[in-house]
Amino acid sequence: MSYVAVKGGERAILNSQKLVAENRRGNPKVSELSLDQISEQFGLAVDRVMVEGSIYDRLLGALALKQAQGDALEAIFLLRAFRTTLPRFGVSAPIDTGAMRVRRRISATFKDIPGGQVLGPTYDYVHRLLDFSLAAEVSVGSAEANAAEEALDPTMPRVIDILGQEGLIEEEREGGGEVFDLTREPMTFPAGRDQRLQNLARADEGFLLGLAYSTTRGYGGAHPFVGEIRLGEVLVEIEPEELGFPIAIAEITVTECQTINQFRGSAEKPPQFTRGYGLTFGHCERKAISMALIDRALRAPELGEDVRHPAQNEQFVLPHTDNVEANGLISHFKLPHYVDFQAELQLLRRLREEHEAAKDAGATQ
Amino acid sequence: MSTNSNNEQSGHNEGYNFAYLDEQTKRMIRRSLLKALSIPGYQVPFGSREMPLPYGWGTGGIQVTASVIGPKDRLKVIDQGADDTTNAVSIRRFFQMVADVATTEKVLEASIIQTRHRIPETPLNEGQIIVYQVPTPDPLSKIDPRESETRKMHAYAEYGVMQLTLYEDIARFGHIAKTYDYPVLVNGRHLMSPSPIPKFDNPKMQDNPAIQLYGAGREKRIYAIPPYTTVKSLDFDDHPFSMQSWSGCCSLCGSTTSYLDEVITDDSGGRIFVCSDTDYCNDRQAQLLCDEHSEVQT
Repeated sequence: MSYVAVKGGERAILNSQKLVAENRRGNPKVSELSLDQISEQFGLAVDRVMVEGSIYDRLLGALALKQAQGDALEAIFLLRAFRTTLPRFGVSAPIDTGAMRVRRRISATFKDIPGGQVLGPTYDYVHRLLDFSLAAEVSVGSAEANAAEEALDPTMPRVIDILGQEGLIEEEREGGGEVFDLTREPMTFPAGRDQRLQNLARADEGFLLGLAYSTTRGYGGAHPFVGEIRLGEVLVEIEPEELGFPIAIAEITVTECQTINQFRGSAEKPPQFTRGYGLTFGHCERKAISMALIDRALRAPELGEDVRHPAQNEQFVLPHTDNVEANGLISHFKLPHYVDFQAELQLLRRLREEHEAAKDAGATQ
Repeated sequence: MSTNSNNEQSGHNEGYNFAYLDEQTKRMIRRSLLKALSIPGYQVPFGSREMPLPYGWGTGGIQVTASVIGPKDRLKVIDQGADDTTNAVSIRRFFQMVADVATTEKVLEASIIQTRHRIPETPLNEGQIIVYQVPTPDPLSKIDPRESETRKMHAYAEYGVMQLTLYEDIARFGHIAKTYDYPVLVNGRHLMSPSPIPKFDNPKMQDNPAIQLYGAGREKRIYAIPPYTTVKSLDFDDHPFSMQSWSGCCSLCGSTTSYLDEVITDDSGGRIFVCSDTDYCNDRQAQLLCDEHSEVQT
């Protein structure tokens, strides 16, 4: 019998896992990465994994990245599968980004703003030249930034709120009521603002970036202005029922982006600026801007605009943003499909036979 | 090896609740299952969780199994009809690890069977549960990807478009050219995807004494067929439903009635056909050996 078992077994799986562990460790002569090293020196990678993994924990993010050999999507998946086992013990009060301890805050719409422009840490004005001094194992000199002569203004009003005073920009609606929880309930359409923003907050950064890009190239007609981007620390507060007042349970780093978009007005509404909103854990500006653009694009029906492009179509965008879902289905094509393939093979042979027969019949006539 | 309780490679993982999911989640899924059983073939939205296995690899089925499994259950997991395909092995190991349950390869010994792409050849009995892994729960999504539209079509039982797609095949090829995930009408009311089982398996769903549960994790839908329910494959009076058949037989057990996989044996086009259902095939091979043996003795 020449039939070789094509079906893999338990032993193959166990050995494959050992091979992964071996590859992960790499050359044992090279010292092993610690979670602190990853968290401190690969901070932006940890930030991305925390946002899309929907869990704020730098050490877990670092652990996931270490376990995933630095593969962001794999690390995000690990965090999600862990997070799903955690109980939900409360809902926090909305964070107040107006009270943020700001480290970076810029506006592209006004030259000067109350509280000032604060460049903070950014790659924006760094020339992307490989810095060979970093290749040296020992650090060269001090990398400490100089402190500003004046302390930052403790109050940094959000730029968009200043426009709001004139009525030039739509009012921010108070949410109120129970907030939808995307991690506990399936999405429904039309999706409310809470569903949309939760979905976009954990969306794949690359996918959002590409979609956001498409809106600026004729597939969405958005010309956005970055009203403000701010990065810094905010308090997370919960209000336990038995206490009756809020208590702070954590301080987290967030990036917030508010875009300002044109709106020509409708029969009911005067022309005014509209908003797009983006918020992420950690320092993820690319994601925050993309999120704000897509948030605004998806509001087309609400504002009475025609839905003509992919980025405006919530039933196209929202079900496809999640990279754990997307990666799962796309990678499942690696699974065996012998049975369905056999069915298709049989059908194809039959169709070809029928095609031949029809051709022959045509020739004899 | 037909039955093993828990082998040394697995061992129960103390860090997680029995069968991985927390009890609130299980309760939510059980409620969805009850609703699904009450409205056969209707897709119930549920709060699907992230599982430690990827979406598309059986997370819906795994969540359903995790919600109905108890310590006394005996689980069989198959993929492509076989117990030894890697994903079946992986899911079985998962349940050995998080639920410490006994497993089996025998259809008749199993209280729960989780499957991808096949229904076992051996008929199921009352009291058994078969859990299907489903990638695309809505058969109408290929016709209109907008869920807001397909939900309306289901609500009004407006299934003409589905019938029309099948008719287009007939107009073009002279017969329906759908080979797997062949749509069915359940209990005379809801159009349902049977999951990507070959249409060969469709008749097995009809009046099945077992409980049939379908879980789609990524799409967050659960649906079900209670025991002894009418499950009709869509067709036309002049083009009745027909299933696949093979001219040959299984090269290992000689079966002429089971679903056969094609196996390429060499690089010069040699091929054989073998049963896709390994448990069924092994049983028949054992039976053949037994018969030969008794013939020699007599």
